[in-house]
Amino acid sequence: MEEINNLMHGFAVALTAKNMLFMLVGITLGVLIGVLPGLGGANGIAILLPLTFSMDPTSAIIMLSCIYWGALFGGAITSILFNIPGEPWSVATTFDGYPMAQQGKAAQALTAAFTSSFVGALIAVIVITFLAPLLAKFALKFGPAEFFSVYLLTFCSFVGMSKEPAAKVIAAMMLGFALACVGLDNVTGQLRMTFGSTELLKGFDFLIAVIGLFGIGEILLTMEEGLAFKGKSAKISPRVVLETWAGLWRYWKTFVRSTAIGCWMGITPGGATPASFMSYGVAQRMSKNPQGFGKGEIEGVVAPETAAHAAGTSALLPMLTLGVPGSPTAAVLLGGLLIWGLQPGPMLFVEQKDFVWGLIASMYLGNIVGLIVVLTTVPWWAAILRIPFSIIAPVIIVVCAIGAYTVNNSMFDVVMMLVFGVFGYLFKKLKYPLAPLVLALVLGKGAESSFRQAMLLSEGSLSIFWSNALVGSIATLAVVLLLWPVWGAMKAWAKAREHRASAA
Amino acid sequence: MNSESSDRGVATRWPEVAVAAFLLALACLVIADSLRVGIGWADDGPRSGYFPFYIGLMLAGSSGWVLVKALVSWHKASPVFAEREQLALVLAMLVPMTVYVGAIWVLGIYLASFALIGYFMRRHGKFGWALSGAVAAGVPLAFFLVFERWFLVPLPKGPLENLLGL
Repeated sequence: MEEINNLMHGFAVALTAKNMLFMLVGITLGVLIGVLPGLGGANGIAILLPLTFSMDPTSAIIMLSCIYWGALFGGAITSILFNIPGEPWSVATTFDGYPMAQQGKAAQALTAAFTSSFVGALIAVIVITFLAPLLAKFALKFGPAEFFSVYLLTFCSFVGMSKEPAAKVIAAMMLGFALACVGLDNVTGQLRMTFGSTELLKGFDFLIAVIGLFGIGEILLTMEEGLAFKGKSAKISPRVVLETWAGLWRYWKTFVRSTAIGCWMGITPGGATPASFMSYGVAQRMSKNPQGFGKGEIEGVVAPETAAHAAGTSALLPMLTLGVPGSPTAAVLLGGLLIWGLQPGPMLFVEQKDFVWGLIASMYLGNIVGLIVVLTTVPWWAAILRIPFSIIAPVIIVVCAIGAYTVNNSMFDVVMMLVFGVFGYLFKKLKYPLAPLVLALVLGKGAESSFRQAMLLSEGSLSIFWSNALVGSIATLAVVLLLWPVWGAMKAWAKAREHRASAA
Repeated sequence: MNSESSDRGVATRWPEVAVAAFLLALACLVIADSLRVGIGWADDGPRSGYFPFYIGLMLAGSSGWVLVKALVSWHKASPVFAEREQLALVLAMLVPMTVYVGAIWVLGIYLASFALIGYFMRRHGKFGWALSGAVAAGVPLAFFLVFERWFLVPLPKGPLENLLGL
């Protein structure tokens, strides 16, 4: 049981007073970020990243990942009390969470949401503990062709899984790749797409894109809705928590199903949002009381929350082992690792044992700390949401501007943040997905270099992606996922034809 | 915005076409630049434009598809992109934000933030002068302490900070 030993060692790293303090700070900041509109896991971490440059990497990643857990918890608070999903993956939580709050059962709904989040995340961390070392060992044998096929799988699954039109998914993704190409070409030393501008020499930093797209874009969207927060207040007493916990045992099947859906969707980059919807749908179909869904059924809170957290947590598995993040937030964490000089991927498990196992141990601890923090502090967070938007909005803009500036100490980045913000607004409204754009921007350089290396090996022939069973099966799976929307369109077309024929 | 748009707001087709056309133009730029640096092979392997060229092609294809689709269904009923009032609200946010970014350049981030928060609280929140002033001054001051004092991260400063010798 090498993993258990490593994990115990990890706990020793994470359980120092200093790291526990960072954990607590991280969770608190994370819940705050999750609760405030315009600040979410991805851009919140992007903004705080520069503050951690001077910290030691293990403490920094512990704090940043705890911000992530906190943001995941925080999203549930706004969904249930205010009917405003703080994060996309908590949309499904509003379906039954808000009706429960209206019926005066806000405390039960919140307890159920936090507990399910905790359970989902915990099981996902256990999966990471045992699967990550195996996957990393396996990935040590990967060559450039294998790595590129994993990238390909990541991006094709976006096309296959997204609810958005396939052409827009591809357009958003390619925009990300194109932006990633701007600047110096590392292989040949040639400048690309800089058009003589010195500002563009270093390329587009994805942190700026994340802050603009998710932060400024979200503020514009929130403003459009003319948001006045009208929420329920909530107090959670220990008695309600214990009573709700006693009742939650009955839903163990929902927990198991939702966690399985979440882990699967998190590892294959479908992401937390589709996982939460899928899990909600499955729970409704399997429930003894499907009519109650949408009217305040506690199972309708349990299912999406469990799946969203399982997915959000397991998204870190491919990030750590392969260097391919499963979600925008995981991508930002990956960016952080690179800045601290750590190369994510299989070698991380060999060379940086302390770091990896400290992080994994902190996931266990962070979720426990998170659960306690949110259960005890809910009324304060609800109070923060009562601060008028006319104060919150400019403060968030200031925070975003500071965040964008501190990445490279450059005013040009602040201007770019504004540009990305406008596009974030337009893209959201026109149903272009943002996640593939960000992921392509992060992974663009890596995908390009593995593609070029693979092409060098095969002298320009694409057949290298089918040259052995391993790379062939990954590449085939990618193509299948890519063609998935075509299959759906064909089915719809055939159905329409049948319909017309029977009508005639 | 235009005589063709409905009374209630802007139809989705306008921004749809604009964004798709912009992406298409960007794609052409990517393709042109890739051709400039070379999309073929040199002695030591693929040249710099090899990868971005295909990215550009795919961007052109997908945005072209969206553009054509939007143009074909131009006269079909198109959902409202945003109501007039909504657009006004978005602009009420976007314009001060743009001014703010410009002001950071001239005044530094602290003074600009003071002005931005103060403006929003007075204009949209209808708060009194005292409260607006206190919050508008307090927030940048807090950021100053956190960033410059504790984390030693310098933020953009202007003439006022220079005068105070900070």
